[in-house]
Amino acid sequence: MTARVPLYGLMAEFADVNHLVSAIRKLRQMGYRRLDAFTPFPVEEVWEELGVHRNMVSFLVFCGGLAGCLFGIGLQYWTSAIDYPINVGGRPLFSIPAFVPITFECTVLFAALTAVLGMLALNGLPAPYHPVFNVPRFALASRDRFFLCVEATDPLFDREGTRRVLESLSPVSVAEVPD
Amino acid sequence: MSAPARDLGPIIGPGHTFETVTDKIAAVVLSETRKGWMLGFGISFVLLTIFLQCVAVLFVRGIGIWGINIPVGWGFDIINFVWWIGIGHAGTLISAILLLFRQTWRTSINRFAEAMTLFAVACAGLYPILHLGRPWLFYWLLPYPNAMGMWPNFRSPLMWDVFAVSTYATVSALFWFVGLIPDLATLRDRSTSRVGRIIYGILAMGWRGSARHWNRYETAYLLLAGLSTPLVVSVHSVVSFDFAVGIIPGWHATIFPPYFVAGAIYAGFAMVLTLTIPLRRYYGLEDFITMRHINYMARVMLATGLVVAYGYLMEIFMAWYSGNPFESFMVKNRLTGPYSTLYAALIVTNVVIPQLLWFQRVRTNIPLLFAVAMSINVGMWLERYVIIVVSLHRDFLPSSWGMYAGTIYDYGTFIGTIGLFLTLLFLFIRLLPMISIFEMRTLLPEAKVKEKHA
Repeated sequence: MTARVPLYGLMAEFADVNHLVSAIRKLRQMGYRRLDAFTPFPVEEVWEELGVHRNMVSFLVFCGGLAGCLFGIGLQYWTSAIDYPINVGGRPLFSIPAFVPITFECTVLFAALTAVLGMLALNGLPAPYHPVFNVPRFALASRDRFFLCVEATDPLFDREGTRRVLESLSPVSVAEVPD
Repeated sequence: MSAPARDLGPIIGPGHTFETVTDKIAAVVLSETRKGWMLGFGISFVLLTIFLQCVAVLFVRGIGIWGINIPVGWGFDIINFVWWIGIGHAGTLISAILLLFRQTWRTSINRFAEAMTLFAVACAGLYPILHLGRPWLFYWLLPYPNAMGMWPNFRSPLMWDVFAVSTYATVSALFWFVGLIPDLATLRDRSTSRVGRIIYGILAMGWRGSARHWNRYETAYLLLAGLSTPLVVSVHSVVSFDFAVGIIPGWHATIFPPYFVAGAIYAGFAMVLTLTIPLRRYYGLEDFITMRHINYMARVMLATGLVVAYGYLMEIFMAWYSGNPFESFMVKNRLTGPYSTLYAALIVTNVVIPQLLWFQRVRTNIPLLFAVAMSINVGMWLERYVIIVVSLHRDFLPSSWGMYAGTIYDYGTFIGTIGLFLTLLFLFIRLLPMISIFEMRTLLPEAKVKEKHA
């Protein structure tokens, strides 16, 4: 290997989604694991080929919703029954039916905030810098092109060998991604 | 997506590719400012200054400048609050509920409708605060530990409203922003100006379209839709509790929540049509917002309009059936009292004219449909006027009856919030993609993976 610039990986560009899907399948069969695909819209088949199935977002949102629910009911219980009880004609201080709307709103609010912040945090966003943006043609990933990156940390990665493999998968171009 | 018997045309015009969809929608933002936009923005901004002027006078002189009095303590402020918040329901309905029902046609209009929702809720939120008398103390509504040693009354629907509306505004903003992230990345990559690249770059937060990111993104987006669906129903239900929990005849009715929610969707779709009809033409987006979309929106209006008409009918029926003299007087007063003209106008604009939507020919006739949508916008405003003012002005004791009329400041504030709404909309159209680009890409035939086993 002739190490000129440290490499993040090799990036292949595809003109349509079918080529990308079969390229991922081929590379996975060869044993490559540190792959990532970049598409202009979500493609389920790409996740399947990459072996991306479950994620933590749903679980986090459930926890967020639960926390919101407990917060809502707890706030109303504590303020109305403990900290500032007002006896209105002997009616119960902890009047659950009247506390349902705010409990519901707090549940939704906390769950929604968790969904967005959790998704961003798990994705590592905001990310001010990422090596893939060093490839000039990568700007098309947000328009009409599909990219596949083999990261240099993959045990099978070989600058020349991997490049030859990628070029055999009918890409539009193959580029080196400087780190 | 089963095609109806009659051909309604495609969801997206023929011959489009990923490139053309991206470039066409992004061009509205990235090209030079057009004269028509400048004119529209200018007019809206003038209206916005009227709002600022009215609010400045209000802050100096207090709410005595408005027409409200005793017995009519809720006037234009609450009418406009309910009107705006109703309009603000279409966006989340389109983005969340139609997403869960897999109505792919929603993709062309959801971004725009969400923005409209956000701005309508912003206008709505201003009214209760301005109505407070001492608006600078609005934070007393929030439960925070304070030197007075008191807490808000959580048993009051007005308190529920604070939580419902602020949650709705927050969740709508989140939903809208999450939907925008991939498109902001597109604008970052397509923008030719340095400033544009920096600003869109910061907002896109380094989105790169990685498959792992898309996977979590889709989960989060779907969950947000699921959370927003009951939320959107809850908001206008809670708004209707502001009335239904009170004992005023004309307010104290169990039909209020469903009837208010249907009215909100009705008003929201009318406003979406009012705005998209001129926009799609001006920006040449007929390929993305097709006749099929227009037709579907007209159908939703017809359906929700019928629910609203049923609500009107039930109010009259219950007044008779309950045998309550105050209820039956309220209906008689509505139909024949001093505000009967407004009630008649309400029935014509909100019930009679929308029946035209039964006809396919009307649903596909753009100028006529625009006129029907305008009629509903007016009708829904009249509905709130009738519910609030006409119920309040003559309640139980004839000695406490009175009359109500808005003053110039009432009208000025109302026109002013229309200015605020339009100003925000014009800025949105100019600065952000009004159609979700990445979701439009998924509708193209080339986005489907053809399964071939290698």
